[in-house]
Amino acid sequence: MNKLLSSAAIALILAGNVQAAGRDTISIVGSSTVYPFATVVAERFGKSTSFKTPKIESTGSGGGMKLFCAGIGIDTPDITNASRRIKSSEFETCQSNGVKEVVEVLIGYDGIVLANAKTADRLKLSRKDIFLALAKNVPAADGSKQLIANPYKTWKDVNPALPANKIEVLGPPPTSGTRDAFSELALEGGCKTFDWIKAIKAEDKHRYKSICHSIREDGAFIEAGENDNLIVQKLEANPKAVGIFGFSFLDQNSDKVQGSLIDGAEPEFETIADGEYPVSRPLYFYVKKAHLGKVPGIAEYVSAFTAEKAVGDDGYLLDKGLIPLDEEKRKQVRDTATKMLPMSM
Amino acid sequence: MNNTELIKKGLAKRYRREKRFRAYGLMAILAGFIFLFVLVTDIVIKATPAFTQHWIKLEVNFNPEILDVGKKAGIDELKQANYNLLAKKSIRSLFPEVKKRRDKSKLAAMLSSSAEYQLRDMLLAEPYLLGQQQTVWVLADDDVDTYYKTDDKSKAVRLNDKQKIWADTLAADGRVSKRLNTTLFTNGDSREPEQAGIRGAATGSFYTILVTLLLSFPLGVAAAIYLEEFAPRNRWVDLIEVNINNLAAVPSIVFGLLGLAVFINYFGLPRSAPLVGGLVLTLMTLPTIIIASRSAIKAVPPSIRQAALGIGASRTQTVFQHVLPLAMPGILTGTIIGLAQALGETAPLLMIGMVAFIVDIPHGFLDSATVLPVQIYLWADSPERAFVAKTSAAILVLLLFLVVMNGLAVLLRKKFERRW
Repeated sequence: MNKLLSSAAIALILAGNVQAAGRDTISIVGSSTVYPFATVVAERFGKSTSFKTPKIESTGSGGGMKLFCAGIGIDTPDITNASRRIKSSEFETCQSNGVKEVVEVLIGYDGIVLANAKTADRLKLSRKDIFLALAKNVPAADGSKQLIANPYKTWKDVNPALPANKIEVLGPPPTSGTRDAFSELALEGGCKTFDWIKAIKAEDKHRYKSICHSIREDGAFIEAGENDNLIVQKLEANPKAVGIFGFSFLDQNSDKVQGSLIDGAEPEFETIADGEYPVSRPLYFYVKKAHLGKVPGIAEYVSAFTAEKAVGDDGYLLDKGLIPLDEEKRKQVRDTATKMLPMSM
Repeated sequence: MNNTELIKKGLAKRYRREKRFRAYGLMAILAGFIFLFVLVTDIVIKATPAFTQHWIKLEVNFNPEILDVGKKAGIDELKQANYNLLAKKSIRSLFPEVKKRRDKSKLAAMLSSSAEYQLRDMLLAEPYLLGQQQTVWVLADDDVDTYYKTDDKSKAVRLNDKQKIWADTLAADGRVSKRLNTTLFTNGDSREPEQAGIRGAATGSFYTILVTLLLSFPLGVAAAIYLEEFAPRNRWVDLIEVNINNLAAVPSIVFGLLGLAVFINYFGLPRSAPLVGGLVLTLMTLPTIIIASRSAIKAVPPSIRQAALGIGASRTQTVFQHVLPLAMPGILTGTIIGLAQALGETAPLLMIGMVAFIVDIPHGFLDSATVLPVQIYLWADSPERAFVAKTSAAILVLLLFLVVMNGLAVLLRKKFERRW
């Protein structure tokens, strides 16, 4: 019983200490897509300054926003990463929890690729092909304005120019930001090519979204989890399958997989940067202005992240697969970041 | 037909059945062994490259002009010097024919980004080196390292053709050496595979498990002693027993949720701290320890207790001076197995923020930390190819720890266990 009492006492003393102590490490949460970039910046920041290396949790964009907007104080994160812009609902949550001033920083772009094994032929897809192959309901082939359950079994059924392989696509689950961006950019992009569906958008936005964003559930699309390395391994084992993941994984595994052409553009650094490759998304991080001065190093970290050395045309983040902004935009972002101008919505 | 004949008739069949059953058992064990063998071989093969590292020899001239400092610069000025340029110039001096901007940056990319920090630390430690020429071994970039380790050179596509020629030239000039990868054991996490190590995670695991041990062992043993020796037999005690057994089967993520709600949100303990990790894992390990301790205490024969009571010992004296020492081997075995389980756990730690990128090595129970299995998970998820080998190497280290702990449990049992 003595042991029990003394260990309880130790626990209490430890707990008491905690509340008195502040925090000297920047706490960052958010998107798993921004994580590979943010971690590199954080590591260099820790090595080259006298501040501690920031701690970064990969919680997903939505999860990060939830923690970030929970309130002000050292037990909440200082910065959240996001692979999409903050939603107005999230911004309102922030406001109502006292997180009034939020600084938005755009860091660059990330391409989303459809890739297959190098042993197979490279696919040449259009966004329309992608929509027809993967949507839950597609327009009837006879041209009437009717939606039918997706009947296509092989890529050749979708488009005679494509190989007669079974449609088998490995992609991220609905919780992932990559999946959101894929639905929005690739599927909706193809969906819009049908004029009568596009017309629905004006009348019934909700229905339009459910047509354009729903992915088929009959086994042609396989949710492969958040681990992109696993998808690459599976593609290697099955040359007929196609995988969906971020450009940085294609970049690192270019000996094993190749990116499909989308609307004639190859997923490459230059084509994504100049917008020729259609499926790319912006990457952001958000800073809690109220924590400036409370936790040391936030301003310095932000300026390290927006420095030319990191996100410029020759920056070290480019080696990790980040697609940079153009020069003028970078300047603008750097300006907002150094002045810590809060965003409004 | 009499009985003997009946039995004789069925005998062959019964023997066959017996043999078949044994064969099935053998097959089951064999299948298990094959799976284990394939798994371990796969990990070992994948991990092998991670235990060596390539270093490149450079002639570094600590020229104050390149460093952009005065000739008699003090420590503070040296801290701000341009070591990045120094590292770049040093490798460029080996290939003076490289002129184009793009090629120059590709050439500089063959060195690890740790090179500039290595040069900085070197100069800060010995400021008199300023203006002198030194031979320095620096780490190669992970892509170059992979290139040297790949037998089929055409498969290493992360280097372009020029970089491959440079890499071959460096090797031919004797400027490349393959060494044991000590970085893996001395560094914390890094996003550059060649600089990444498991020391941060191992230290985090140590603190977490220490908290778990300090809390769960006394609590578990005390609970077991009370339930076994002092508790009255009634419905309430039965209910508690059922609940303890149930707790042992609760999915570990639930403990993480509980930890988030109680320790972090209510008590305000910091996220990602080994203290919180240890508390959560204590909840998870307690039932295992209680159950193991109870059966160990139960196995002590009643005659020991009766003898002690008979010569006038109190019940507490009986328990602490006679029953507990005899039950200790069993209790320790249960504790070690429970801790080994906790050592390999990631799910509950996800909820309390211990799944995070943390470079600095933790120095206490409240510093941010991760643990070994989390490190494995994070590396497995990294895009850089060289992390595949690192992942397997970290798995091997974790397996080693588990084998040692389980071995210790067996040893304790063999050495101290008494049978009646």
